[in-house]
Amino acid sequence: MSEDVGRPQEPERRAQDTTSTAPQERAAVIEPGYTYASVTDKISAIVLTRRTPLGWLVGFGCSFALVLLLMYAITYLLAVGVGIWGINIPVAWGFAIVNFVWWIGIGHAGTLISAILLLMRQQWRTSINRFAEAMTLFAVACAGLFPLLHLGRPWFFYWLFPYPSTMGVWPQFRSPLVWDVFAVSTYATVSLLFWYVGLIPDLATLRDRAQRRLARVGYGLLAMGWRGSARHWYRYEIASLLLAGLATPLVVSVHSVVSLDFAVAIVPGWHSTIFPPYFVAGAIYSGFAMVMTLAIPIRAVYQLEDFITMRHLRNMALILLATGLIVAYGYLMEVFMAWYSGNPYEEYMTLNRMGGPYASLYWALILCNVLVPQVLWFSRVRSNVPALFVIALIVNLGMWLERYIIIVTSLHRDFMPSAWGMYAGTRWDWATFVGSIGLFLALLFLFLRFLPMISIFEMRELVSETAGQSGSEA
Amino acid sequence: MPTPSSLYGVLAEFDTPDELLAATRRAHEAGYRQMDAYTPFPIEGLAEALGFHRTRLPLIVLLGGIVGGIGGYLMQYWIAAIDYPLNIGGRPLHSWPAFIPVTFELTILGAAIAAVLGMLILNGLPMPYHPLFHVPRFALVTRNCFFLCIEARDPKFDREETRRFLASVKAREVSDVEP
Repeated sequence: MSEDVGRPQEPERRAQDTTSTAPQERAAVIEPGYTYASVTDKISAIVLTRRTPLGWLVGFGCSFALVLLLMYAITYLLAVGVGIWGINIPVAWGFAIVNFVWWIGIGHAGTLISAILLLMRQQWRTSINRFAEAMTLFAVACAGLFPLLHLGRPWFFYWLFPYPSTMGVWPQFRSPLVWDVFAVSTYATVSLLFWYVGLIPDLATLRDRAQRRLARVGYGLLAMGWRGSARHWYRYEIASLLLAGLATPLVVSVHSVVSLDFAVAIVPGWHSTIFPPYFVAGAIYSGFAMVMTLAIPIRAVYQLEDFITMRHLRNMALILLATGLIVAYGYLMEVFMAWYSGNPYEEYMTLNRMGGPYASLYWALILCNVLVPQVLWFSRVRSNVPALFVIALIVNLGMWLERYIIIVTSLHRDFMPSAWGMYAGTRWDWATFVGSIGLFLALLFLFLRFLPMISIFEMRELVSETAGQSGSEA
Repeated sequence: MPTPSSLYGVLAEFDTPDELLAATRRAHEAGYRQMDAYTPFPIEGLAEALGFHRTRLPLIVLLGGIVGGIGGYLMQYWIAAIDYPLNIGGRPLHSWPAFIPVTFELTILGAAIAAVLGMLILNGLPMPYHPLFHVPRFALVTRNCFFLCIEARDPKFDREETRRFLASVKAREVSDVEP
């Protein structure tokens, strides 16, 4: 790694964290000593001047191998049909829907960080929002894959949209599955727009700093001639705020609609009014776990500890703890309602989850999602980076298990014992799932290589704000 | 006063946002109107100092949302109640509560697209060519330099006079901008 960029020479433009009420107790959101120039150089150098690191090539190569596995699995699926998966009656929603809900939930943290924390003027979001938004986009792309493949005949996916077809039929707008189409496609579109708008000033930075002609032209086209005009910034800031205000209810609605896919059905274990809030909390929970899973290695590999500081990790650990408690409350209420409703099917379903054939997975889920995150109550754990990484991975696993439990245990015992069955993913299920992780990582690696992973102009703003505050207070 | 067409304007460079802000206020007081400031990040109060107070963008976003929402609802009503009515146990065809989620999503979609397109169109982007890109130092506007450009189409513009004025407000460097 080159040493030519990094610590600046102008000490008067110091950036310190003066945002918290007790600054001496909290770590900075950006380490002191950075200037507009040095943050710009350090972040843009990762994209522009440094040679492609060997680690990047290895990481991208491994992810791309998994993408090839995904392609293989999808090709075989298109040739043969969904019979290669483990799904059958009674469990017709297997891995495909588990993975769909898991991925879309992961995406939610990106929108939360970029929109909700922007509206709440939380300065610490600045250095993690860009790659969290990218994570959202790639997670939604992976999520969208699964219901499409699950259609059986994916090449007719456009039948989901209302268009005047010669068949004379229209989608059924009273079905949550059609709501889902609109919610997820709106979410993907708005996430892409929000991400791109956030990138425009940084693309202009890359255009102005690129040495090679190809890069200059490419970034120049994407930057659309951005020149930092004060009038432009004025409209830009209004547009960003309005987009954040629009994305906030959107992100809540998306996972609520996803939960309605379950809650509107009368299947015991699904038919529950607590689903929308508990799904939204679970989405944020899994999303922050994924942000931590990605941020911890990235800050180490790219030496960004000055920008993604311990304060970021500790704040994310607190959000993880809080949303984890909401999720735990959801689990508790499911059990309580099963008993309190007096409905024998609900009661049986709950007892079957806890002691039936999938009991080991249920208790693994409770361990991963409820018990392990309780160690985050301890400040020492929240300051321990390897521990946070392990906890984040455990929560990711737990959230996948949660969706598996909700879908499989609710379906595998149908109302009539004659219709009972068991479900397990086949090797094709696993290939598609692992392949989607590869797709996610491959897209992320490309993003890290070709776009600034931290919002440069917002970091300059942070330098300006923190320097100005300490100056005026002194 | 007609201006020579050989010049786009005069560009002054400043070291800090505060100096730029002060110079912009002075320029506005001195009567300059056709000018713009260029900065690496948004600076509070700068647009106001240029005399730029209002934008129609929020109204455009509101209209986008209204069009998306009403359009989405009417589409569902027309499909479910008029063009493709399905009688399921005599339930009402105009089942409005079931239409709310899609109406909501399309409201957000309409407003978000209006926000992005509205911002770009009002800003005149994409604009791959601009005279300012001729000035070599201007590449630093996306790094750490702050600029004020008084344009030749301003009625008060006079090359020598404007250059003197910009030097008097502590510009670090003043340069001509070719069109």
